[in-house]
Amino acid sequence: MTSPKHLLGIEGLNPVAVTSLLDLAESYVLLNRSGKTQRDSLRGRTLINLFFEDSTRTRTSFELAGKRLGADVINMSVSTSSVTKGETLLDTAATLNAMNCDLLVVRHNRSGAPALLAQKVEASVINAGDGTHEHPTQALLDALTIRRRKGRISGLTVAICGDIAHSRVARSNILLLTMMGNFVRVVGPPTLIPSGIEAAGVTVCHDMEEGLRGADIVMALRLQKERMSGGLIPSSREFFAYYGLDRRKLGFAKPDALVMHPGPMNRGVEIDSDVADDPVRSVIKEQVEMGVAVRMAVLDSLARGDIL
Amino acid sequence: MILFRKIRYLDSAAQALVEGELLVKNGRISDFGPSLGQPDSAKIVEAEGAVLCPGLVDMRASLGEPGFEYRETIASAAAAAAAGGITTIAVLPDSSPPIDDPALVQLIIARGAETGSVSLLPYAAATRGCAGQELAEYGLLKAAGAIAFTDGTKTIASSRLMRLALSYASGFGMRIVQHPEDYELAKGGAATSGARASWMGLPGIPAAAEAICVARDIRLAELADGAVHFAHVTTAEALALIRQGKDKGLRVTCDTAPPYFDLNETAIGGYRTYAKLSPPLRAEADRQAVLAGLRDGTIDAIASDHQPRDADDKRLPFAEASPGGAGLATLLGVTLAQVQSGHLTLPQALALLTARPAAWLGINAGVIAKSAPADLCLFHPERSWQVSAGQMPGKAQNTPFDGRALEGVVLGTWKAGVRVYG
Repeated sequence: MTSPKHLLGIEGLNPVAVTSLLDLAESYVLLNRSGKTQRDSLRGRTLINLFFEDSTRTRTSFELAGKRLGADVINMSVSTSSVTKGETLLDTAATLNAMNCDLLVVRHNRSGAPALLAQKVEASVINAGDGTHEHPTQALLDALTIRRRKGRISGLTVAICGDIAHSRVARSNILLLTMMGNFVRVVGPPTLIPSGIEAAGVTVCHDMEEGLRGADIVMALRLQKERMSGGLIPSSREFFAYYGLDRRKLGFAKPDALVMHPGPMNRGVEIDSDVADDPVRSVIKEQVEMGVAVRMAVLDSLARGDIL
Repeated sequence: MILFRKIRYLDSAAQALVEGELLVKNGRISDFGPSLGQPDSAKIVEAEGAVLCPGLVDMRASLGEPGFEYRETIASAAAAAAAGGITTIAVLPDSSPPIDDPALVQLIIARGAETGSVSLLPYAAATRGCAGQELAEYGLLKAAGAIAFTDGTKTIASSRLMRLALSYASGFGMRIVQHPEDYELAKGGAATSGARASWMGLPGIPAAAEAICVARDIRLAELADGAVHFAHVTTAEALALIRQGKDKGLRVTCDTAPPYFDLNETAIGGYRTYAKLSPPLRAEADRQAVLAGLRDGTIDAIASDHQPRDADDKRLPFAEASPGGAGLATLLGVTLAQVQSGHLTLPQALALLTARPAAWLGINAGVIAKSAPADLCLFHPERSWQVSAGQMPGKAQNTPFDGRALEGVVLGTWKAGVRVYG
C-alpha cells in the first residue's frame, strides 16, 4: 500500500463513506450466511491485531474478518501492566514497520493512542477502541444492524443509556447517528454524562421514562466498572433500579423498539436478562454477526485504498 | 562604553517610547537622551527602527537542573534566555532535589552567575521537598537568597498548610506563590473539561478548579494576614476574584503566561502533546479574559512558564504525556503579538515583561534609569521569524507555538553591559 489511510474514528467520515461501507458490509452478510466465506481479496496481506487491552469479541471478530478475506492474521496481546507505558507504543511501531504489516488493528486504553501510532507506522491503522475516545467499527456495526431491521438509518429516535462518560461506543454512535440524521438522546445519571455533550445536538436525559419515550432504538452500554474511579455512582443496585434496562422501562419506548448492547453485558446491572434475551426485541446476537461483516468491509476498503 | 544610537527606548518615567541615544559605562546605564554627542572610545551600536528595552525579567521558569538535565541545563536555558532577550529568571524549586535547603538556594544563584548572561533568582520550596506536608525553613531560605516560596506546579492542597505557610511567611515579609488548581478536582485531568475534552475522550479538569483554589487562598491570605501570588492565571472567574481581592486592599498578585493569552483549547486538537500544559489551555472566552486582565492591570506580570520537556516526555498518548511548554525564546514575541493585534500598547507589554515583574521581585532591574545595571534587550518590532520546534535556541524544543509566525526579532542582549547575544 503506497498511501495508507486509517480508520481512527467516525469523526472524519462523511455520510457517503458510511453508506458505502454499510452497502459493502451488507454484501458480506449474505456471503457469510451462504457459507462460501473464503475470499482472496486480502491474500498476501498481513493483518496484525495489536491489543493493549483485553478483548475477546472485537479481536475475534477482526481475526475472522481478516481470515475470511484471505489475509495472514497475527494476534499480539500486550498487557499494559507489563509495559512501561507509551515508549513501548513507539517501539512497537518500529517493530511493526520492520515486519511490513499492511493492516494494523489497535485497541489501547488511552484516548489518541491509535492516532499516535498512525503517525509512526506505514500500515493502515484501524481503531478498535481507544480509551474513552472512539470505537468506530462498533458504531458501523450498530448502524448496519439498525438499517437491516428498520430499513433505514435516518429519522430514528435512538436512546443511548448508562455510562456515557466512559464509553467510546457512545461517542462513535452519537457521531454516526447524528451525522446520518437521527435523533439521539443520552440517558444516565449526571455524573456519567460527559460535559458539553449537548453541543453535539444530542438531548440529555436523567430519567429513563423521559429518555425512552417514543424511541425506535434503545442501546444499553456496559457500565465500565474498571474505569470508574472515584465512586461516580453509589452502587450497581441503585444504578439498575434507575437506569438498568428492564421490561418496565423498555415499555416507555415504541412497541417495536429494538434493544441493543455492545457487549459484554453485565446482566442485572445495565440490562436485565429478560430483555437481553428477548428473541423479538433484542438484536444483541445480530450485532455480533454484523460485526464480522462490517470489519470485512472496513479492511477491504482500506486495503484497496477506497473511500474513507 | 557602548553608545546605542538611532534607537527607541522606553522612558520609564514617561511610560512612553522616545527616540534617542543611550550610553552604557562600567556595566551600568550612564546616560540617555535625544542626543549624547560622541564620547571617546565608545563602541557604537546603531539600529534604526529598533527598540531598546530593559532585559526581560522572567518571573517563573523551570530549568531542568538539577535532576532533569536531559530536558534542559542551566547553560542551555541561559542560551535560550539570551536569544529571547531575558536577563533575569526566577527559577522554580521543583527540581530534583527540590530547592528546599539554603545551600541549594545558593547553588542556583552561583550557577546563574557562572552563565554570565542571566541572573537566576531562586524560589524556594514552600513545603519540605515540595511534598505538601510540612513547612520549609523560610527564614534560612530567605537569608540564603530565596525570593518567595512555592511548590512549583504542585498545588499546596491542604487549607491548613496553606494558612500556616501564608502566616509564617508573612513574618519574614515573604510571599507564597500558589499553582491555583483545586487538587482533587484537577487530579488525573489532561484537558479543560468541556465538549472538546469529552469528544477527545480525555479526562477533564473543570475550569472552575482554578477559581475554587483562588477563592480559598484569597480568603486564607486575609485570615493569615499574608501575601499570596497566583501563578499562571488562566480563567475569567479567577481573575474576577483577584480583581476583587486587590480592590479590597488584600496582598494578592498574579501573573499569566503567553500560551494563556495566545492559544485556546483548540490547540490540543489531533492530540498535540506540545500543547498539553498545566494548567491546561482554556476556552476562547477565558483567553479573552486573560487579555483583558493584562490590559486593566489585574495581572501583574507575564512569565515564560518555561517547562522543558524532551521528546520522550511528549511522544506518548495525550493523557500520559508530561505537561509543560518551552517558553523562554518566545516570551517576547508572543507578547508583542498582542501589541500588533491592538490588545496592548507597547509600553504596557514591555512593563509586563520588565518593570512590573522586577518590582514584584524587589530587584533593581527592568527599568531604563541612570546607574541601573545595563541589562538590555534590543529588538526590531517589525521584523518577523517563525517558531519551529527542533530549531529553538537551548535544549528544550517543546514549544506550544510551533509554526507560529512572530514579529519582533531580538537583535542583541546585554548583561551588565556585556553583549551575550546577537
